[in-house]
Amino acid sequence: MSAKQTKRKPATAARHRARKPAATAVKEEKKAPVREEKKIAAKLIPIYIMGKRYEIPEGLTIMKAMEYAGYILIRGCGCRGGTCGACGTVYRKPGDYKLQVALACQKTVEPDMYIAQIPFFPANRAAYEFAGLTAAPEEIFKLYPELFRCVACNSCTKACPQGIEVMDTISALKQGNITGAAQLSFDCIQCGLCTSRCFGELAQYHMFQLARRIYGARIVPRAEHLAGMVKAVNEGKYDRMLDQLKRIKEDELKRLYQEREVEPMGAGEDWKPKDTTYL
Amino acid sequence: MSYLGYPDFFEPYIKKVEQTRPARVEKRKKGEEFPFMSLQERQEMLKYHPDYKEEGRREIKIGPSKGYKIAHEFVDLLEARSRVDPDKVDLTRVDYDTDVLVIGGGGAATIAALVADENGAQVLMATKLRHGDANTMMAEGGIQGASKGGKDSPYYHYLDVMGGGHFKNDPDIVATFVKQAPDALQWLESLGVMFSKFPDGRLEAMHGGGTCRKRMHYCADLSGMEIMRTVRDEARNRKNIKVLEFSPAVELILNEHRQCAGAVLYNMETEEYLVARAKAVILATGGAGRLHVQGFMTTNHYGATADGIVLGYRAGVPLSFLHTVQYHPTGVVFPEQIEGWLITERFRSEGADVLNVDGEKFVNEREPRDVESARFIKECLDGRGIPTPTGKVGVWLDSPMLDILHGEGRVRTAFVGKWKVYNRLGIDISKAPMLVYPTLHYQNGGLKDNAECETAVLGLYVAGEVTGGLHGENRLMGNSLMDIVVFGRIAGKNAAIFAREKAKDGELTLKHVKAYLKELKEAGIVTDRVAPMLLPDYTTAEVKEKQLTVSYLGTLR
Repeated sequence: MSAKQTKRKPATAARHRARKPAATAVKEEKKAPVREEKKIAAKLIPIYIMGKRYEIPEGLTIMKAMEYAGYILIRGCGCRGGTCGACGTVYRKPGDYKLQVALACQKTVEPDMYIAQIPFFPANRAAYEFAGLTAAPEEIFKLYPELFRCVACNSCTKACPQGIEVMDTISALKQGNITGAAQLSFDCIQCGLCTSRCFGELAQYHMFQLARRIYGARIVPRAEHLAGMVKAVNEGKYDRMLDQLKRIKEDELKRLYQEREVEPMGAGEDWKPKDTTYL
Repeated sequence: MSYLGYPDFFEPYIKKVEQTRPARVEKRKKGEEFPFMSLQERQEMLKYHPDYKEEGRREIKIGPSKGYKIAHEFVDLLEARSRVDPDKVDLTRVDYDTDVLVIGGGGAATIAALVADENGAQVLMATKLRHGDANTMMAEGGIQGASKGGKDSPYYHYLDVMGGGHFKNDPDIVATFVKQAPDALQWLESLGVMFSKFPDGRLEAMHGGGTCRKRMHYCADLSGMEIMRTVRDEARNRKNIKVLEFSPAVELILNEHRQCAGAVLYNMETEEYLVARAKAVILATGGAGRLHVQGFMTTNHYGATADGIVLGYRAGVPLSFLHTVQYHPTGVVFPEQIEGWLITERFRSEGADVLNVDGEKFVNEREPRDVESARFIKECLDGRGIPTPTGKVGVWLDSPMLDILHGEGRVRTAFVGKWKVYNRLGIDISKAPMLVYPTLHYQNGGLKDNAECETAVLGLYVAGEVTGGLHGENRLMGNSLMDIVVFGRIAGKNAAIFAREKAKDGELTLKHVKAYLKELKEAGIVTDRVAPMLLPDYTTAEVKEKQLTVSYLGTLR
């Protein structure tokens, strides 16, 4: 968990603010054991949060460093696992012209970083009726005509904390290659950093989302076995079996559980169980 | 200096793994497995599981499940005051009016909103963080549903769910779940979710812990993210779904007919409390990992603070199966930066061994999660774990095996999310193993409901992790993503129908909150705790000592 855990109290919603001191100590009954504090022996390094200097133990992520400094985050913090896109962050180091990007929950602090989070960035998103879309590229062109404002500067790719080839994905879309765009953008966490840097003012991640949905629903073949199973369920094929299972005694259920045939790990797609009574 | 990206400290330990690897790979290739435990052995092993530690829990003294023993961290929140003085909330001044109010911003909430809309309801979603900031987004492994009629059926899915949950699950809920699962998969497919498929469209599938058939479908290792962003995108297309971000509910509102009729929302940025009136309410606030039960690290997102449990319980909904909490067997112990981070069960499903300090196997990788976690804890307690320079302990997960078993590049392509994050830290997990330990992952139980997502309070529906019953005492991998789809849809439909046909207009009230506070006082519980928690507090003691404001002036604290 975070660098230090202290006795937890309900957090106030105040951001960047000192909080009300605890009410006069009241006698309490049994409570959850307080988490042990982790002692930090690490060396302290200076970082600049929106220009203000703080000394932070090295090894922390940007997010934990901000919390160590005393911030309570409301925005700019989501899954804390690198998948939700809430904590897009930009930073520069002294003497370096280059703007760097990171996810605050993933990037470890480095000495003298100047950090600012971009928890929200306005982006144009087209609304559409998904059921009415085919897989024609022109549909995307019509919803997002600004696609062709891309000047191929590649700033988007440089701004992607996921390492997605954003500009190549836009190029694929421009060429009507929805499959390519869907596959290239699969890791997109929609943090919006590409959009914040775009010279042509595109909202790349919304376009990619549309491409992936069209690919998943219109281009890749549907699973026929799935449609078959849905039909069987709807026809009531399993109703009686399940009703029986619901009614039997726990011992009998345990027996059925233990005796059920387990598909071997290495079995291929064509594996068939011996007992087909309940299929 | 480092060895395969790890500090030198680990070199002798990693070398042991490398020494035993060729023989272990050979065994895998021959299909030789470490024996599964019997039901009896599993039961014995569970005494090493944190749920079974008596000192970790206590009886709750008030409310509809009075006398129920659950983790201190939950009781602390339930035996707490409201965030607002109920007498000060002016319920005659309605800020938002809607048919269906959905509380929560994750998978279950969004899916419920979509289906409520399809059933003709005006929907308002109140989310605590951004729409989509939820555990759904982080689910990696996959989604279970019997889809291959040649070898699998809802019958076998039912047996697996019950076995995983120690046969304690609610049979009605489980039957509905396994029967609706295939249709739920098809619904996702039609929305454009990019499932991993064979070229002819067949869904790829694999085993998860406790499954008898390979029915774990997935979208590479980002299954939850792919599902979440797709349903969120669809919700954004719907004119009748309005989303109110950074506005968590802090109390449910009932009306004079004892129907649920809205909620008090809190704008976390302006610190205003607002009244949302609705004809039906869906509570889908997710889990509780950020309570750090028994001090464990967690895989959960920032907002997983059990808010829905507090709201529902105060309104009169009993608890069910909340005495068990799921510890995912494989959370990262080292490197520190990603401590607690989830390593998907798919590594084990695909054949990565779990190893002790001697580089030896000690458990089958596909035991149910609670048993697997308990076994890891035991191995470490017995002194056969791998120590870290930061004073912790863990076991190895031998990911490099997958490149040998399935071909060079397997780890890099099938686990791209994991590979990238480790790679940023200088570790190539197709060459070096991962050090893991159980981590707080899922709230098995929650608010009691039935297969129609109805609760003890009329007009209040629940869906997803906040509920209890489907998973019994232990959830299997892949059943949480399916849970949010199946029961999100049911809750959405039923709430819309209730709003249209059964909701009665009446005076709004917070009397239940007042009654709860009175009960708290009568039970002799004197406390300054308030709940719901909303966000965890990771401020250090040093900072707290200097936060000396005497009292608030305006909103400046």
